[in-house]
Amino acid sequence: MSRTLVESKRPEAGADQRVADELLRIAIDASSASPTVLFLASGIFWLLVGSLMGAAASLKFNLPDWLGGYGPLTFGRLRPIHLNTVTYGWISLAGSGMIVWLTGRLCRVEIRWPGLLYASAILWNIGLFLGSLLVLAGYNAGMEWLEFPLPAAAVIAVAFLLFAASIYRTFAARQVEHVYVSLWYILASMTWFPVLYVIANSGLYQGVGEAAMNWWYGHNAIAVWFTPIGLAGAYYFIPKVIGRPIYSYYLGLLGFWSFALFYNWNGLHHLVGGPLPTWAISVSIVASLMMFVPVLAVAVNHHMTALGHLSIVKYSPTLRFVVFGAMSYTAVSFQGSLEATRSVQEVAHFTHYTVGHAHMGMYAFVTMVLFGAIYYILPRIAKWEWPYPTLIKVHFWLSAVGIVVYFLALTVGGWLQGLAMNTPSVPFIDTVELTKPYLWARTVGGILMTVGHVLFAYHFSLVVYRAGPIRFAPAWFRKAEEVAVE
Amino acid sequence: MMFIRSFVFFAGVLATLALGWVGIVGVPDIMIGTLQPAPELKRYTQEQLFGRDIYIREGCLYCHSQQVRAEGYGADQGRFWGRPSVPADYVYDAPHLLGTMRTGPDLFNIAVRQPSEAWHLLHLYNPRLVADGSLMPPFPWLFVEKETPGPGEQPLALPDSVAPKGKVVVPSEEARALVAYLLGLDHTYPVSQVPTLHDTTRTQK
Repeated sequence: MSRTLVESKRPEAGADQRVADELLRIAIDASSASPTVLFLASGIFWLLVGSLMGAAASLKFNLPDWLGGYGPLTFGRLRPIHLNTVTYGWISLAGSGMIVWLTGRLCRVEIRWPGLLYASAILWNIGLFLGSLLVLAGYNAGMEWLEFPLPAAAVIAVAFLLFAASIYRTFAARQVEHVYVSLWYILASMTWFPVLYVIANSGLYQGVGEAAMNWWYGHNAIAVWFTPIGLAGAYYFIPKVIGRPIYSYYLGLLGFWSFALFYNWNGLHHLVGGPLPTWAISVSIVASLMMFVPVLAVAVNHHMTALGHLSIVKYSPTLRFVVFGAMSYTAVSFQGSLEATRSVQEVAHFTHYTVGHAHMGMYAFVTMVLFGAIYYILPRIAKWEWPYPTLIKVHFWLSAVGIVVYFLALTVGGWLQGLAMNTPSVPFIDTVELTKPYLWARTVGGILMTVGHVLFAYHFSLVVYRAGPIRFAPAWFRKAEEVAVE
Repeated sequence: MMFIRSFVFFAGVLATLALGWVGIVGVPDIMIGTLQPAPELKRYTQEQLFGRDIYIREGCLYCHSQQVRAEGYGADQGRFWGRPSVPADYVYDAPHLLGTMRTGPDLFNIAVRQPSEAWHLLHLYNPRLVADGSLMPPFPWLFVEKETPGPGEQPLALPDSVAPKGKVVVPSEEARALVAYLLGLDHTYPVSQVPTLHDTTRTQK
């Protein structure tokens, strides 16, 4: 057991080769260290901003007159800033940090064009500040997921292209024969997302056509950027920590191409019952159900890899977060496929149920994978272990309990809201009234997560500044001796 | 070989994105593009467009939808929210405001259900003055407190408990524009139903 927790270093190779491997790994990590820390730190900054915005917006449901006298703090401005800062800020930037590090490791080559990465991180942050301030000042561009006005969106698009250029260049210089699954998702997202983002911000449509574009974009941003981040992380860290190769290359291949084929057609399930051609919505519903194929392929692949080794979640913070995320991916995808059907949409559409589902995907899946990834990557590039394993444990439970409370509250409350709304004899205000206790529970869940994020940010800064007790072994939840004897 | 593999990979990746774009955005958009709006659908006035911008600015779309579902799907018809909406109802809308939430009720025909300007102004100033238990935020910055109303200005009829001491509250240009926009939301005019362009998920009698 103890051996599997140590990184396996090609035991079949000779001693000289292992030393050469180690030196190469050190050189690669040294090349990715600074840009990775810059992206991760920026991501965590936006996680804090976004969490505060989310918690405040949630509290406004409970106390609608709280901070009600001042325009920039109204719910309708805080909510889009929450969404944009956690997705284009936290997940995008922390995900980019993970991608830089992974690309170096998986291509077995030092990062190329790091200057573009610094420029990208700086521009990206500028875009986020600009966009958030503009929305705060009242210049919301008007579509969900696309609230940032054109100047801010343009800055973010340029930042993404600079980032992609460095990743492409590093990939082109790769020193490996085999391109690992995580890299497929990374490279695909580098191609997909900029095209998608530019089309969506170019104002090609109006009326109902624009609504179709809006939800094609909204769901595709998840499909071609946020989900690939989560999957690239899960595909890398589960086998890595366990010390076994991925169960099946062919399942990975099937999972990737069926993902690419079906996910791109999902968007219109956000408009079920809306004024669009019925066939187009039906196509999206069918494509949503077809998502069972890639999701099952990924789920089986990850599960079979971890089979018999899952007890490592008791020791490894990375594996605990990533396995939580991977299991959430399966769960939220199954839910999403069924949620897209007309009979479920009849109740769930227009209610808080959908909000619960969205947080399950973006938080319980992608965010938890990113936390796990950061717990793995940061000590290796900062050359400093996490000082307080207990703090990691507290962070895990605050996040896990927080999102479960959040999800259950909105799922139950939202469903009841939908049932009441579909009963014409129930006055509309009663559909509002019945959600109130659930919206309080949602606030509690959100605050738990936010507290976890503050602790995580503090812990992250300790490692970056090399503060706290010195450790010579990984920061596991239990001591190495305990691991060895079990 | 390496080059061919990379080419197939990136071509495949771009093709999957492009296919989805054409399939669920491009084709529906072309179909809808030929539709003529009903003659009763008026273009927005300058004031209404300004009000629509306020609607977007304050994030009304995060809690209110502007789409009405057909008989037999949900209770939109049972709640008398108007006839099912059709694509031609939206030809003057950019950005679209279909919405995805009904924390508050659908507004596509709010002008018919609630035609009173005074009600809307009070409701915007503080929703709980007219709708007990509402979760809607107040929008007092759309109003001005004054010693005395100016010429032509109609102060809000506020109860003493919330009225500022010795002052009157009058709607700003922004509040009046927003209400003008809301009072223009009437899509109850008849349309020739185009069933293939209209989501009737259950059998339509």
